[in-house]
Amino acid sequence: MSATTLPVLKPADFASDQEIRWCPGCGDYSILAQTRRALSTVPFPKEKMVFVSGIGCSSRFPYYMNTYGFHTIHGRAPTIATGLKLAQPDLMVWLVTGDGDGLSIGGNHLIHTLRRNIDIKILLFNNEIYGLTKGQYSPTSRMGTKTKTSPTGSIESPIRPVSLALAAEATFIARTMDMDPIHITTILQKTAAHKGAAFVEILQNCKIFNDGVFDNVADKSLRADNALYLEHGKPLVFGKDRNKGIRLNGLEPEVVTIGKDCALDDIIVHDEFAKNPTMAYLLSRFSNPDFPEVFGVIRNVTEPTYEELMENQLAAALAKKGKGDLQKLFRNDDLWTVE
Amino acid sequence: MSVSSPTSPGQQVEEVESITIRFAGDSGDGMQVAGTQFTNVSAIMGNDIATFPDFPAEIRAPAGTLAGVSGFQVHFASTDIHTPGDSLNCLVVMNPAALKTNLKDLLPDGILIVNSDSFGPTDLGKAKYATNPLEDGSLKGYRIIRVPIDKLNREAVKDSNLAMRDADRCKNFFALGLVFWMFERSSDSTLKWLQSKFGKKPDVLQANISALKAGFNYGETVEMMPVQYRVAKAKIAPGTYRKITGNEAIALGLVAASELANKRIVCASYPITPASDILHQLADLKEFGVKTLQAEDEIAAVGVALGASYGGAIGITGTSGPGVCLKSEAINLAVMTELPLVIIDVQRGGPSTGLPTKTEQADLLQAFFGRNGESPVAIIAPKSPTDCFNMAIEAVRIATEFMVPTFLLSDGYIANGAEPWLIPDLNKLPKINIIHPNLPNSGDSGKTHENGAGEPGKFLPYKRDENLVRPWALPGTPGLEHRIGGIEKQDVTGNINYEPGNHEHMIHTRAQKVANIAKTIPDLVVEGEQEGELLLIGWGGTYGSIATAVQRARRNGWKVGHVHFQYLNPFPKNTGEVFKKFKHFLVPELNAGQLLLLLRGKYLIDAKGLNKIQGRPFLVSEILEEIKPFFA
Repeated sequence: MSATTLPVLKPADFASDQEIRWCPGCGDYSILAQTRRALSTVPFPKEKMVFVSGIGCSSRFPYYMNTYGFHTIHGRAPTIATGLKLAQPDLMVWLVTGDGDGLSIGGNHLIHTLRRNIDIKILLFNNEIYGLTKGQYSPTSRMGTKTKTSPTGSIESPIRPVSLALAAEATFIARTMDMDPIHITTILQKTAAHKGAAFVEILQNCKIFNDGVFDNVADKSLRADNALYLEHGKPLVFGKDRNKGIRLNGLEPEVVTIGKDCALDDIIVHDEFAKNPTMAYLLSRFSNPDFPEVFGVIRNVTEPTYEELMENQLAAALAKKGKGDLQKLFRNDDLWTVE
Repeated sequence: MSVSSPTSPGQQVEEVESITIRFAGDSGDGMQVAGTQFTNVSAIMGNDIATFPDFPAEIRAPAGTLAGVSGFQVHFASTDIHTPGDSLNCLVVMNPAALKTNLKDLLPDGILIVNSDSFGPTDLGKAKYATNPLEDGSLKGYRIIRVPIDKLNREAVKDSNLAMRDADRCKNFFALGLVFWMFERSSDSTLKWLQSKFGKKPDVLQANISALKAGFNYGETVEMMPVQYRVAKAKIAPGTYRKITGNEAIALGLVAASELANKRIVCASYPITPASDILHQLADLKEFGVKTLQAEDEIAAVGVALGASYGGAIGITGTSGPGVCLKSEAINLAVMTELPLVIIDVQRGGPSTGLPTKTEQADLLQAFFGRNGESPVAIIAPKSPTDCFNMAIEAVRIATEFMVPTFLLSDGYIANGAEPWLIPDLNKLPKINIIHPNLPNSGDSGKTHENGAGEPGKFLPYKRDENLVRPWALPGTPGLEHRIGGIEKQDVTGNINYEPGNHEHMIHTRAQKVANIAKTIPDLVVEGEQEGELLLIGWGGTYGSIATAVQRARRNGWKVGHVHFQYLNPFPKNTGEVFKKFKHFLVPELNAGQLLLLLRGKYLIDAKGLNKIQGRPFLVSEILEEIKPFFA
């Protein structure tokens, strides 16, 4: 195969000809723009990128990308993306889902796709609500959320997507938000580079049905005190004055003031490559007001992907038995001939 | 029936055209193995064979109970046969429960071989016998042969170092040896099979061989066997044969289709009785490039298959009735996006969990209509175990040629039943030609998208050929980037479109595309009388029973014809013409009247149903009884 130089693409090259139908002010616009930007910098042929989505506002995404795209059915995108990878393991498959599509009806498939370590990049737009069907609560909605199906307040404890992804053994887990475009771009570039199941939770504001639910971290004036940006090899430090840190007291994380409660040396250093997911799990539990919400790459390990393990098995069978001879396969051990 | 030279002095040998024998015992008694071995031997010796295994759904019901009875019926003949036999010439029972459940099928004066050791009070109690049938005279009309199989078997294998429980497991081979003698079967292939299965366990191997030989010798030596039977070789078309079950044939057919189409197959399934075997077989064919995935559930299975088709492989999923229910939404996505998809439904008793190990053919209307909206799909059905091979290839051809989900409706009876298969020559099977576009196809057509003028050189994913089939464009092809989805789309461009006129146009277009499949399928063939008083109409695994009944009816001088639909949607193009040639129509089905409903609705014929929904195949006599009144 000759070495072809890939054409240099601009974000506009990733724009399809379709008029975008998200509500004005929807967080999805930002995510779309950063995705186009990030992909234009990824050294990978555009025709080999595929966007697969489920159902929801999030899942209209493929129509707005000038790549191959498949808008499938509610919750089942991971299964279709898996089949696609089995047919063509070399494609770069992105999966766009939401908190309803991916964690409610699609929860089961999400778990198994992550545990199989299929090499697909799952972007879960979490707006803590069902937008497309007009405002019912979702598996990530906070307890007490009042919606059309919970007029007296939701009585369900929400799930934390990153905790679930860790339980499902995802090999790449990251978190970002619609209101931090530069961060989204960086995270998506890292996601593109990962080989294996990648899970990215993107906090996304639904202007119409759940406006402001992420203001604590979306609002630039509040962000520093409420958000912890993870960087591999750096201590877990946050705060307006960069003087708050996370320390472990046994297995209990604590927010401490550096210089007052302890020294910088006592602060946990983030290791995104740690095989042991325990620390990552602790981080996934952080939520305001007691702890800062974490953003960045939470986990980044390398394991054999399902597709490569399958290819290995096919190759091993070939090596052991030789290429299959169908005419021979037709014949079993008990033949008889009629003259 | 002639009396030929006996194998032992004074022994009477009767030559007969066919024998139906059934092995019945507790689930743990090895009746399936015994039956399968008997079948293999008979096939190798040149008889035509047909089988009917009948086992419970549970893995192991309590030993000795009625619920735990497992049976295997073999019909072997010197003539061409199509059914496993209505009634038994010989019944082998290993315990009272097996006797209780199976005796009614034994012909008067039939041979009843009984394991007399297992008729103690406990076993009689479990089978709900108040008195011992071996002693109370209730078995007077049969030729009973009491054999203390437990004792004799233990005696035969005592030199092996097996514990009693393992020694007892050999008694099915004792029983097998006995009937081998009785029906002049050669033990060679069974001995070979034992060697291959237990070669690494010499104790077990030796014990089973000893049991088999002891059973054979017992028949020869003990003078309580009434007669030996001889069934000559059948006159079958020359060639090399093997025995095959429907599920085996489907697996081989799919791999054959893969080679004929030069395409990888990706099969994703969730284990379900009676379809799991297909995935088992395909999973072990990695040297053919077959990719299989055991999905987390039925929906994931069909999703993976659909994704694989989207990526350019042949996506296949296998299941039974309950799985089809779960897959309906994803099948509809395939209908809407017009992608190839093969859905194998090995039908079983329903509704709901129903009768997992019993046969039925009640998913036809589900295949036609079990989805929301107007959702036409291709539907075909094999008529016998060997036909499963041909129809599996057809399913792949239709799905890929017409970009449409295609149902292959098999059933538990032909899936597990066996018959001889004339091994085909792969070079003589027609190739499946698949083309993927690599160039834009819009030409200079004007407006192609909603916010701009037409651009030459675009790819239009729903631009159709003369059969209304859209191109199978694969992700990874430069310049053809486009999006597909489940929302209604504008024809040709594929852009989301809610306009009323477009929707109706698309509904009709998708329906017409499926109707166009009729151009590529064979005409309906009439067997028997080409015109006349009565036409028997069937589909699926009932072929053998109906064909045999029609054969017998014609021997009585009755003018009966038989058509058997292998293509259900669309029906063959000459179907209406065929119906015009007959006065009355009888539709035997293992359901409450599904093909009946469709034919009455579409062809306006006053067809009557012959419906049996008991989890068992038709007996030939049941069909013949319903033909009689038309000629009374």
